Amino acid sequence: MTDEEKIKQELENKFTYLKDAVIVKRKSRVFAAVPLEKFKHVFDYAVKNLGFDGLCAITGLDLGESLGVIYHLNREGRLTLNLTVALDKEHPQVATVTDYFPGADIYEREMVDLLGIAVKGLATGQHYPLPDNWPKNDHPLRKDWKGEAKHA
Amino acid sequence: MHDSGEVIIPIGPQHPALKEPECFLISLRGEKITAASIKLGYNHRGIEKACESRTYIQDLYLIERICGICSHSHSTCFVQAVEEIAGIEIPGRAKYIRTLIGELERIHSHLLWLGVAGHEIGFDTLLMYTWRDREVVMDILASLTGNRVNYGINTVGGVRRDIKPDHQEKILKAMDLLEERTKYYIELGSSESTLIKRLSKVGMLSRADAKNLGAVGPTARASGIERDVRKDDPYAAYAELDFKVITSDKCDVYGRTLVRLGELMQSFSLVRQVMQKIPSGPITVKTGRKIPSGEAVSRYEAPRGEDFHYVRANGTEMPERVKVRAPTLANIQAVSKMLEDRYLADLPIVIAAIDPCFSCTDRMVTLHDQTRHKKNTFAWETIRRKSISWYRQQGVDFKALNKKMAKLF
Repeated sequence: MTDEEKIKQELENKFTYLKDAVIVKRKSRVFAAVPLEKFKHVFDYAVKNLGFDGLCAITGLDLGESLGVIYHLNREGRLTLNLTVALDKEHPQVATVTDYFPGADIYEREMVDLLGIAVKGLATGQHYPLPDNWPKNDHPLRKDWKGEAKHA
Repeated sequence: MHDSGEVIIPIGPQHPALKEPECFLISLRGEKITAASIKLGYNHRGIEKACESRTYIQDLYLIERICGICSHSHSTCFVQAVEEIAGIEIPGRAKYIRTLIGELERIHSHLLWLGVAGHEIGFDTLLMYTWRDREVVMDILASLTGNRVNYGINTVGGVRRDIKPDHQEKILKAMDLLEERTKYYIELGSSESTLIKRLSKVGMLSRADAKNLGAVGPTARASGIERDVRKDDPYAAYAELDFKVITSDKCDVYGRTLVRLGELMQSFSLVRQVMQKIPSGPITVKTGRKIPSGEAVSRYEAPRGEDFHYVRANGTEMPERVKVRAPTLANIQAVSKMLEDRYLADLPIVIAAIDPCFSCTDRMVTLHDQTRHKKNTFAWETIRRKSISWYRQQGVDFKALNKKMAKLF
């Protein structure tokens, strides 16, 4: 059994709701769709029990009806586990992962600015990458954003 | 000044000591830095958003312009993701050509960095030497691709230009010359006490901090983390090539210097292996303009570290989402840690040591003569000849070195 298949099996055995939700796309690439309310359990298990010791990036998505977030975890620089959560578009919110990876701070700020996804537990700090005077509730990576900032 | 005696100095976004727009708020007690906070985003151009309204081929050229130095890194990282979604297997020769351009790019980038590092510590002779040597590799990139930067070599399904037989000899001779020069810099780096003392114990980043803060590339490897995407998650032709991942346990700017020097030597070897092993055959496969629905993650070891792209396709000619995490974003977060309890005078070299990106020069210059309303266009060679002649008039002559180099070419 390959490392990728072992990860799939371990995740599916530990979290029964992940059955058929873990996909091995190719060598070194595993994707899993995780229910939002269970995300922290799966993330915690992946970091503490499956050895995913690095976070490559966090991607925010506008999926039309909903928003999404992908956490791109990495094990010893080799294998990436991509955990996707879907979020309600009206009140999109995830919990911070800076308690696991302090370097996630900037990736989470980017998601807040560009997609308007709130991050619970993220320390108060500066905007990234938008300027401090950027209007509130104006998020350029939303699909309905058409190229001009709303000015108050 | 605060009641505590601390002074906060804003450095940037426009500042003579910075080569690119970032803002560092430095808290000082006397000459010592007590805290540093970094504000980024001044150069954000909305490229990810722009990609969503352009075709994959247009995006390839746009993405190549994210960085003037690592242009091939970004375009390869992006095109690999697109090809994976479309299920395209590119020809072996194309994989080797991508690897060749990638290593030549690393050589030019590391030589550029060495010069910048020299400049930041007042060792401008090193800047002059390394940037002169860098021209050798820039010329090769120009003759292979037509451009000094933004090579436009990649396309979906392979590469756009083949290596011609006369390139081979030129490239191998250049590697010999640059290897000789790099050995000199390695000797300099291991024996020149002023250089060693200026860089040692400066910008410390422990192994644990490098890991926690997600540092990548030479910054992480100089803190003892043996990670390199070329080895760990091979792409292009790297799985068929032999090379070492260079690390150092010094955790300081000196360690970062040694790692990059060691990596230059590995790159010369990789280029020679590519020239020896490159298979014959086509350089591209035909593909459609539409890419089927799907998603892919692509990783690439850029000169500054892991470049990361995520692409999501929706079955049309344009992507649904393109996410780019350039290595500098991963490394910039470690800078605050590196500056803790250091002197203000160390700030320029500590920032430079992560090798943040700044734009490279154009290949062609257009001068507008305001008085004559006339436009003159100079080719790169013309500018070079003019500059050599200008320096000669000032009494600076490189004739002896030119003769030595002429023998090699």
